[in-house]
Amino acid sequence: MIDEELVQLLTPEGERVAQPDYESTLDGDQIFSMYRDMVIIRRICNEGTSLQRQGQLALWAPIQGQEAAQIGAGRAMGPMDFSFPTYREHGIAWCRGIPPVDWFRLFRAVSNGGWDPQKYRHSVPTVVLGNQALNAVGYAMGVQRDGAEEAVMAFFGDGASSQGDVLESFVWAATFNAPVVFFLQNNQWAISEPSSLQAKIPLYHRAEGFGFPGVRVDGNDVLAVYEVTKRALEHARVGGGPTLIEAFTYRMGAHTTSDDPTRYRVDAEVEVWKHRDPVERVKSLLVHEYKVKKTALSAVTAEADAMALKLREDVLAMGRPDPITMFDHAYAAPHPLIEEGRREMIDMGISGGSH
Amino acid sequence: MATTTMTMAKALNEGLRRAMERNKKVLLMGEDIGKLGGVFRITDGLQKDFGEDRVIDAPLAESAIVGTAVGLAIRGYRTIVEIQFDGFVYPAFDQIVSQVAKLHKRSDGVYNMGLVIRLPFQGGIGAIEHHSESPESYFAQTAGLRVVSCSTPNDAYWMIQQSIEHDDPIIFCEPMSRYWEKGQVDLDQPPSGLFDAVVRREGTDVTVVGYGASLKTILRAAEAAQGEGVSVEVIDARSLAPLDIDVLVTSVEKTGRLIAVQESPHTASVGSEIVAEVSQRAFYSMRAPGLRVSGYHVPYPPTRLEDDYRPTVDRILDAVDRVMEF
Repeated sequence: MIDEELVQLLTPEGERVAQPDYESTLDGDQIFSMYRDMVIIRRICNEGTSLQRQGQLALWAPIQGQEAAQIGAGRAMGPMDFSFPTYREHGIAWCRGIPPVDWFRLFRAVSNGGWDPQKYRHSVPTVVLGNQALNAVGYAMGVQRDGAEEAVMAFFGDGASSQGDVLESFVWAATFNAPVVFFLQNNQWAISEPSSLQAKIPLYHRAEGFGFPGVRVDGNDVLAVYEVTKRALEHARVGGGPTLIEAFTYRMGAHTTSDDPTRYRVDAEVEVWKHRDPVERVKSLLVHEYKVKKTALSAVTAEADAMALKLREDVLAMGRPDPITMFDHAYAAPHPLIEEGRREMIDMGISGGSH
Repeated sequence: MATTTMTMAKALNEGLRRAMERNKKVLLMGEDIGKLGGVFRITDGLQKDFGEDRVIDAPLAESAIVGTAVGLAIRGYRTIVEIQFDGFVYPAFDQIVSQVAKLHKRSDGVYNMGLVIRLPFQGGIGAIEHHSESPESYFAQTAGLRVVSCSTPNDAYWMIQQSIEHDDPIIFCEPMSRYWEKGQVDLDQPPSGLFDAVVRREGTDVTVVGYGASLKTILRAAEAAQGEGVSVEVIDARSLAPLDIDVLVTSVEKTGRLIAVQESPHTASVGSEIVAEVSQRAFYSMRAPGLRVSGYHVPYPPTRLEDDYRPTVDRILDAVDRVMEF
């Protein structure tokens, strides 16, 4: 299943692999820190699933299995780079410094965004598949016009790779040599549809047809994802143009909490991928090569538990917004129908109209 | 007062030029808008003067034209997008409705979505299919967007500049059949605010409201009605979303009769909204039901037939007779 062109620096057993084109530049502390990120993200995502099952969220989109892809990519980004996520980029949001409670506003159904995208240089979630790839290329065209050495990340999945917007974004990025990195997480499943339904060739091969490089990286290997992404971003920042990175990974859980993967995929497949777990392989490296003690590892687990608990409290404290806030920012300038709606809501006693 | 005579096409061109001179962040993007100056020559000479970085010849993908303008807006640029013809806007519909209209809200007001989508629209140019449509109602129905239309060179010159300066996304509908008609343009003073309806001809018996290419037809009908002793007040709606409803209500309170004219079919249209809103607010002043004179509920016909599809002077006069006889 994994082809020989796959960039991998760490085997599923946690042993280093020599690669002709890439080598890990990370030291033990950095790898430990990424391990910590991945453990925390996994724990918070599990908390998200629990919260949804307990009726506290409208929906949750877990990333279990994709932690290395997201932490590797997120940590490779520079402070001035800008990213355009889907609704599943919790690991990127974490790396951009966005407080976890803010990722949950969308899923608690109290906001359609959740954070200040300019402050964190991480756009608000895009739910319509593929739209954000074009927005990312446009932003990158702005970066070019500003003469800034910044790169832009466009996140999407194997499902969205069939969208016209994604393919158009490839055309534009190539034509305008836009400083953008397309980060495709091929988690093998678009809800119930296997990635073979989206493409008859490895997805990263598509880049060549559009005129820019494509690379397939082991998406469960945080060391490899980090190096591949870092290089693509550097390439983009200095005018080298776009790169398509296909992070070959696996969605261990359901598409969302509304999904039931037992209806369309077999347990044996999930078992195979369990052996490629992104967190376990880094842990193995840390234990064997860096002699990280069990106490240090369990301290991370305890920290993740504490964060999940805090998150739970924060989510539960997130109340229903005042209905009149629905009128805020619908338009930037005054609008008669917005005023009319506000007035009606106040007259009907639905809101005190404090906003 | 510096006034000069020019075509609507030239007025738009000059308006774009002023906007680009004023603000370096203003970009133009569209198909064939560079060397060619656009299929209607609206951007003639602008790439030569402002460069390829600011007047961008786009690959042929409307969703990408709008979708990248969104990204440019997030980065702080103001892009005026040219959709080549009305019927080619639909590939961009998703970006317009899902991102352009919603990102200011979704970002809690952080993203400024100030961008303009220029949309040549309406018929009367004898084109083949997909080049004569009136899609304005799709956009008027979408919260987060504003929709305006010009009917004179003076409005074209000023409204395009006002649209670029505005902080909300604007669908800017240009009546293709009027591009080559000349009119006076005041280079110093805008005629009114961007979202103001304007009374083009005063009258006392019937209010007829329209926009874009329909205005000329309505004014002809008003002239003809005058000969038959009926005084028609003609209003140019200019802003289709939001409507400048006060101007319409004031007029109907005077005349007691309302006719809305448009080229699109009338179901769930701008004209429907005009009639509904005015009826709601001026009900006790009305002496007859509000009528719509529209395109028929068929796909835009082969253009040998378009003169029997678009509202004509005769169809407007027939509606005037009906409200007068009610």
